[in-house]
Amino acid sequence: MPNDIVLFRVEELFARYNYARDFFVSMGIAEIDTSLSLKEFVANIKHESLEDAGLNKEQLIENFMAFIDKMEALKSNSGNIVESISIIGGKDKYGNNEDINLELKLGEVISIVGPTGSGKSRLLADIECLAQKDTPTCRQILLDGKVPEANRRFSMENKLVAQLSQNMNFVMDLAVEDFIKLHAESRMLDKQNEIVAAIVSCANDLAGEKFDRDTPLTQLSGGQSRALMIADTALLSPSPIVLIDEIENAGIDRKKAVELLLKEEKLVLISTHDPVLALMGDKRLVIKNGGISKIIVLSKEEKDYIDVLEEIDRKMLGIRSHLRSGGVLDDKIVDFELARE
Amino acid sequence: MKIITVSGPPSSGKTSVILKTVELLKREHLEIGVVKFDSLSTYDDLLYKKIGIKVKVGLSGNLCPDHYYMSNIEDCVKWGVKENLDMLISESAGLCNRCSPHIKDVLSICVVDNLSGINTPKKIGPMLKLADIVVITKGDIVSQAEREVFAFRVKQSNARASIVFINGITGQGAYDLSIRMREANAFSSIENKRLRFSMPAAVCSYCTGETRIGDVYQTGNIKKIRI
Repeated sequence: MPNDIVLFRVEELFARYNYARDFFVSMGIAEIDTSLSLKEFVANIKHESLEDAGLNKEQLIENFMAFIDKMEALKSNSGNIVESISIIGGKDKYGNNEDINLELKLGEVISIVGPTGSGKSRLLADIECLAQKDTPTCRQILLDGKVPEANRRFSMENKLVAQLSQNMNFVMDLAVEDFIKLHAESRMLDKQNEIVAAIVSCANDLAGEKFDRDTPLTQLSGGQSRALMIADTALLSPSPIVLIDEIENAGIDRKKAVELLLKEEKLVLISTHDPVLALMGDKRLVIKNGGISKIIVLSKEEKDYIDVLEEIDRKMLGIRSHLRSGGVLDDKIVDFELARE
Repeated sequence: MKIITVSGPPSSGKTSVILKTVELLKREHLEIGVVKFDSLSTYDDLLYKKIGIKVKVGLSGNLCPDHYYMSNIEDCVKWGVKENLDMLISESAGLCNRCSPHIKDVLSICVVDNLSGINTPKKIGPMLKLADIVVITKGDIVSQAEREVFAFRVKQSNARASIVFINGITGQGAYDLSIRMREANAFSSIENKRLRFSMPAAVCSYCTGETRIGDVYQTGNIKKIRI
């Protein structure tokens, strides 16, 4: 941003920074004479309007400049910002050393298993806040093998981590299309129509039951919501690391969902009790008493079981929809073939 | 004594955020006090007492809570100094969005929540626009996209503030805030300090107890809708 920005004509600024007009509009200042310089324009704003905006003239210019700075930084920072993270072990609930030094790279899937209360969410939280031996577990998280700089850790502008969990819902009262456009706008992306089309088609691919871009968010089923969240996070969230906490079988194709996130070169960590998701990890971290007690690398034999488990799952889903539509169970529907094998 | 002002719309999670952050700060054996400003009643003082925090409550009753806060804050600082506190936190609800509780040089935190709607950051005045730190709560129950859009809207309203995401139930994110709070400026008095922006003003007949409707009963500082 040029130092003498206050001397620039407003129309030049709006042309250069396409989000600049929205800054003033959002402050309730809609009448803008764009032929004036920024300084003159702000000097001419009525006292009343400023009162309503809750800023004085200097504060308005300061906030405007800070906003331009942040938005420009955001634009230039759209690529992936790390290649890997490392987890350096701390202590478990009983104070025993957690003997771990584990590097996780973008493009990997890591599943996290363990009984309820064992510390799976705590591990995700440590990664989310880039713990530096200062959380209850005393773990340390490195970025690209190095201790992250303090400002990296506390600057929330470029969050490294996106999160998805069972408890998350859409609370906006908008149609799918408007919602996605709003998200794209906040990332200052053009081609919003193409983005909407891509995300809706991805989500439909995951969900099975189709919805279109005019569907209100609040009318999506559980599975459709989950599918839209995953497609949106994959295609529109800038965060290179995705933490998934307890997304159970909501009628979405979990294999495709994970593949979609991987295609976007993300590191995916899944905390789960679901056997299919557990087997999707290239590595499986077993949590016990608050610490990582074991790291299992997925073997070829285990990998083959994914198909078997999915078959069982499909069967269960089939029985579910059969019963839902008023059907009666018999041997033909249940087909115990699999169990007898 | 470090002084921090925390404000935010009702039910945004101010008390939960303070409780979780203070728990972390207490581990460093800091003596912390909270002044809770509210309008009619509060039970939050019990929550603070429970974790061993000195607490004072101010109820504004029929006065503008913002003005009430301003005319009491210096006495609260004196109380904190007398009690030998290392840190004094004032907690006040921004009951109207035009609230302006932040004081120059004093670390100011505004708490807003993801459930309040994406237009909320635009609608809140100096309380959010002039805060040093904006804490966003209730992120655990909305989608990633909504979190990102909400944070963007906060940036649009106040690009100079740092944004901290805190889960008021688990305390996730509170550590980041505790670091920033440790760096707050310390004062032995805040006499002669200034607000960052003037408070909402209204001295009209209704301020002084008028209850009747009609032009003839309206005197003083009156503003009309352009219809």
